[in-house]
Amino acid sequence: MPLSRKIRELQQKREKILQGGGEQAIEKQKALGKRTARERIMTLLDENSFNEYDLFVEHDARDFDMDKKTLPSDGVIIGSGTIYGAPVAVFAQDFTVAGGSLGLMHSRKITKIMDHALKMKMPLIGINDSGGARIQEGVNSLAGYGEIFFRNTISSGVIPQISVILGPCAGGAVYSPALTDFVFVVDNISKMFITGPEVIKTVLGEEISMEDLGGARVHSEISGNAHFFAKSEEECFDQIKKLITFIPWNNQQKARMFEPGEPKADLNIEKIVPDDPTMPYDVKDVIRAVVDNSDFFEIMEHYAKNIVIGFGRMGGRTTGFVANQPLEMAGVLDVDSSDKAARFIRFCDAFNIPIITFVDVPGYLPGVDQEHSGVIRHGAKLLYAYSEATVPKLTVILRKAYGGGYIAMSSRHLRADFVFAWPSAEIAVMGPEGAANIIFRKEIMSSDDPDSVRKQKVEEYKTKFANPYVAASRGYVDAVIEPGETRKFLLHSIAVSENKDIQTPPKKHGLPPL
Amino acid sequence: MKTGEELGILNIGTTIYKTRISRKFRNRKPYKIPDPRLIISFIPGTVLEILVTVGQSVKHGDDLMILDAMKMQNKLKCKTDGRVRKIPVKKGEKVAKGTVLLEME
Repeated sequence: MPLSRKIRELQQKREKILQGGGEQAIEKQKALGKRTARERIMTLLDENSFNEYDLFVEHDARDFDMDKKTLPSDGVIIGSGTIYGAPVAVFAQDFTVAGGSLGLMHSRKITKIMDHALKMKMPLIGINDSGGARIQEGVNSLAGYGEIFFRNTISSGVIPQISVILGPCAGGAVYSPALTDFVFVVDNISKMFITGPEVIKTVLGEEISMEDLGGARVHSEISGNAHFFAKSEEECFDQIKKLITFIPWNNQQKARMFEPGEPKADLNIEKIVPDDPTMPYDVKDVIRAVVDNSDFFEIMEHYAKNIVIGFGRMGGRTTGFVANQPLEMAGVLDVDSSDKAARFIRFCDAFNIPIITFVDVPGYLPGVDQEHSGVIRHGAKLLYAYSEATVPKLTVILRKAYGGGYIAMSSRHLRADFVFAWPSAEIAVMGPEGAANIIFRKEIMSSDDPDSVRKQKVEEYKTKFANPYVAASRGYVDAVIEPGETRKFLLHSIAVSENKDIQTPPKKHGLPPL
Repeated sequence: MKTGEELGILNIGTTIYKTRISRKFRNRKPYKIPDPRLIISFIPGTVLEILVTVGQSVKHGDDLMILDAMKMQNKLKCKTDGRVRKIPVKKGEKVAKGTVLLEME
């Protein structure tokens, strides 16, 4: 047979497989506002950059009449390509083929691309859209999941791993995304849960819709399992592309440099933070007033809003931002906000991204539910993450830094490299009201007019201690700076930290209070 | 921050802060002191057997009920000596977590 005919034969074979689960199944997929797996990959990657592997893989299951069924590509597409020129490895489950169910060969394709990503040191993006285990393949299907989870764990901290939930992802399958660094969900399309509504109804008699149990909003706002929420697949892909520009390809590299640009001129940094420490403001305005082009890419925007995390660039370099948010719950630290920030700090540390922390924290949230939910253990994660991180750590104390909150928020004592404070900073063991009540208790109680004595003592305490100068006199703060000087100081500090090198004692791994 | 937005207040260390209050915080359940006279389902399940009747005298450690949950038959034991005052559930009933299954006098 001449080569030209063999090529034609290859083309025909490909065409057949590229139809996926067939017209009917594709129509069904589209009716749900979903794209096909192949369309998704094409939208996500640079044009013509996708190299597909394992197109001809087939299952060899025999039980339950499976030997009579052919499943094109075994229901998953794998390959690699680029996003804005950055190499990425991709897999996308094809719901039109046997509901994207995971059988042995399906899982082997996924683990093949995972091994490839780890070996070649490039980010992995997994697009999940699957009904779950292929029951006909029994324990082979479970083995497949296990092999995936193992690789997620081994690759963790070596290459960035991104999960995109564009359909159901239920039961054991959810643990692959849970082990990855960033989870993207889309409204009305993503469904994630361990046990579905039907099981819950049968066992418990509780009725709940899939959306209310494990929809995109639930995981973005309540459970904290998702990091990015989008209204459409289109928006979701734009978010992934943007994220890729901020992160390095692996833990041996730094993120790509971009042309630096000044923040927007209309953000007057001196006017953002109110003088009264009990009055709220949006700390994201402070970040935008400092970061390149005022471009701040927020992560977990809808979860534990009392702390803000995300990426921006300083002088063209990717930087992670952590900031207390006085607008939400007064910016307190609690179980959820500690978890959220700690995990982000560890990502930045693993991938050589410097961290800038903006501090305006009243302390920890009081309450029985917080204590019983283990705020001690969860709060400790934040201390652990900051202490453990060896990337450049820069801290700016904007206003309140009280008590344990002061220590936890990247203080000098946890080895921040540079600590700056605005003149409005109040670095103290607790808020003036609380402190005055304790220190001057006797004087207040024994007075004829306790209220006016209390007021007077609170004022006295404020003048003496609610400022940055006590901490500065001990060298806990390196410089008290004007708000307008913040960007200048941060840019310089990041630039001089470029080659930061510190040694930590040898160990197999630390033991953060997970 | 929207102008004119109505904000809540939060008391941290005797200082009152103006701020947005999260739904989670608003919906938190106030703490209740546990009552040893109440037998409450610690897990959702089905009441498989009721081993006592109203008015019966029981002792600390006696089996009161079998709750079938997660493919396991759990024996619910009495936490105090006394008499059974009320059994608000029936045999075969599905119960949610936290349901009162039996009250002691």
